[in-house]
Amino acid sequence: MKKYTYTESKDTRSGFGAGLVEAGRKNKDVVALCADLVGSLKMGDFIKEFPERFVQVGIAEANMMGIAAGMTIGGKIPFTGTFANFSTGRVYDQIRQSIAYSDKNVKICASHAGLTLGEDGATHQILEDIGMMKMLPGMTVINPCDYNQTKAATMAIAEYEGPVYLRFGRPVIPVFTPADQEFVIGKAWMVNEGTDVSIFATGHLVWEAIKAGEKLAEMGISAEIINIHTIKPLDEEAILKSAAKTGCVVSAEEHNRLGGLGDSIAQLLAKNTPLPMEYVAVNDSFGESGTPEQLMKKYGLDEEHIIKAVQKVMERKQALAK
Amino acid sequence: MQLEELEQVAKQVRRDIVRMVHGCQSGHPGGSLGCTDYLVALYFRIMIHSTDFDMNGQGEDLFFLSNGHISPVWYSVLARAGYFDVSELKTFRKLDSRLQGHPTTHEELPGVRIASGSLGQGLSVAIGAALTKKLNNDPGLVFTLHGDGELQEGQIWEAALFAPHNKVDNLISTIDVNGQQIDGPTNKVLDLGNLRAKWEAFGWDVMEMNGNDLADVIRVLELAKAKAYKGKPIMILMQTNMGHGVDFMMGSHKWHGVAPNDEQLSLALGQLTSNMQDY
Repeated sequence: MKKYTYTESKDTRSGFGAGLVEAGRKNKDVVALCADLVGSLKMGDFIKEFPERFVQVGIAEANMMGIAAGMTIGGKIPFTGTFANFSTGRVYDQIRQSIAYSDKNVKICASHAGLTLGEDGATHQILEDIGMMKMLPGMTVINPCDYNQTKAATMAIAEYEGPVYLRFGRPVIPVFTPADQEFVIGKAWMVNEGTDVSIFATGHLVWEAIKAGEKLAEMGISAEIINIHTIKPLDEEAILKSAAKTGCVVSAEEHNRLGGLGDSIAQLLAKNTPLPMEYVAVNDSFGESGTPEQLMKKYGLDEEHIIKAVQKVMERKQALAK
Repeated sequence: MQLEELEQVAKQVRRDIVRMVHGCQSGHPGGSLGCTDYLVALYFRIMIHSTDFDMNGQGEDLFFLSNGHISPVWYSVLARAGYFDVSELKTFRKLDSRLQGHPTTHEELPGVRIASGSLGQGLSVAIGAALTKKLNNDPGLVFTLHGDGELQEGQIWEAALFAPHNKVDNLISTIDVNGQQIDGPTNKVLDLGNLRAKWEAFGWDVMEMNGNDLADVIRVLELAKAKAYKGKPIMILMQTNMGHGVDFMMGSHKWHGVAPNDEQLSLALGQLTSNMQDY
């Protein structure tokens, strides 16, 4: 198992804030909008540097999505900022008609996704957003894994023409990817090469998968770990190549089992090479209040559950081989 | 274009509307006929625009149709203004057409800058376009049209609050006040109350016009243009008759979304004579 170390921990939303400033410096057409959550979205530095290119819309997310769509007419590249719940479910029809169907170059940037939002509870912990967004034709869906990758992804989507959903979170987690990485939309990132099982993880679950991989190595299991930061378009080639090598698959995501990354991978495998697969995901339920660590444990999204899923899927693979 | 010519274009657009809706036996003739004079005035007299369509519309005035179901009138006006060939009007609502039931950019129809149909979204979009014009130091104005029933959507009021607060004064919006919606008169379905008082309370500069009197439409829209860039967004309350120009369609919600049969078509066309050619 390749060794991953880190010297600091940061939240992915701060990676977004830093990436937004950089994108703003590189391209004068980058503008930002926020629905009364400037501090939570870490947009302060952008506002300080480019006050005339920031729009405070107040608590009116539907209006924000419409304004963002309109601002593209004339060449602006709008980045909207609010919690993932208010970036998707609350405004699904606005995104569908005014952004996706109208093919507008809007970057929907969504913080506090999933259970790790923590104590605010299920009203704010959206676990269905990846599913909603990936179902929209033409929408790119990205869920980076740490501060550095979120910063790089934020800068990369400014260069890409078309609607994007960028999902990140609240908790402070290890920064383990390189600061100078090039973020390529739709290109999976090989975390660790292995031979016994493929773990496809996204977002906060990538670090959990690395911790699980270390323990699995001690148990004599060689896990291939791949970071699927782009859920749509899916890197089908990388997934099929890895699955062909290991013969069994575990998906890991901070999202409902229905509609998430696991669903996309299962569909790909079903069409090409059906294989035993297990899901590390929320099992079709809402969340609740608690600390991020407590919630990830209770809802089965930590390293321990990844190890259990690996053991189970390998047993299924071995049973098939007999 | 002078008033007499505009009257002829409006007649022809009304002929196009009833023929298009009859041709596919679906669509929305009522609101389309009611808003014909407004759209003819806008495209043939009021707006600075180019039929050599460019999405960004730099230096041009822009128009957004928020109540997308009245697509027949917009398609006809765009074609008659020269955005695309009038013969394409016969493809309205048919398979493989750029003239979808509700307007869309998806099929790249020249003149359309955003999809509309799901109501209440166009004012926000227009505000965004107006903000970009300001950022780009582009003096062009942004026009929008909305149905009165559409004002029952909450997003309209989010936008209503935003525009005055942010001094979006390069925006001239119009509401088609015909008092009708699918299920009946607006005051029965969900009363809109005093619209002037509401928009004034939100901080808009409110004007009124008779939407079925071309001379009044031109006068008020010219006045509205003169009021632009004076600190407030502008809202025009436009009184119209749903179905205007065809006596049996006028003033009733029953023709909101119903197509005429063969007999009704010839009756309607008999009331709408113009010196232009049908498509």
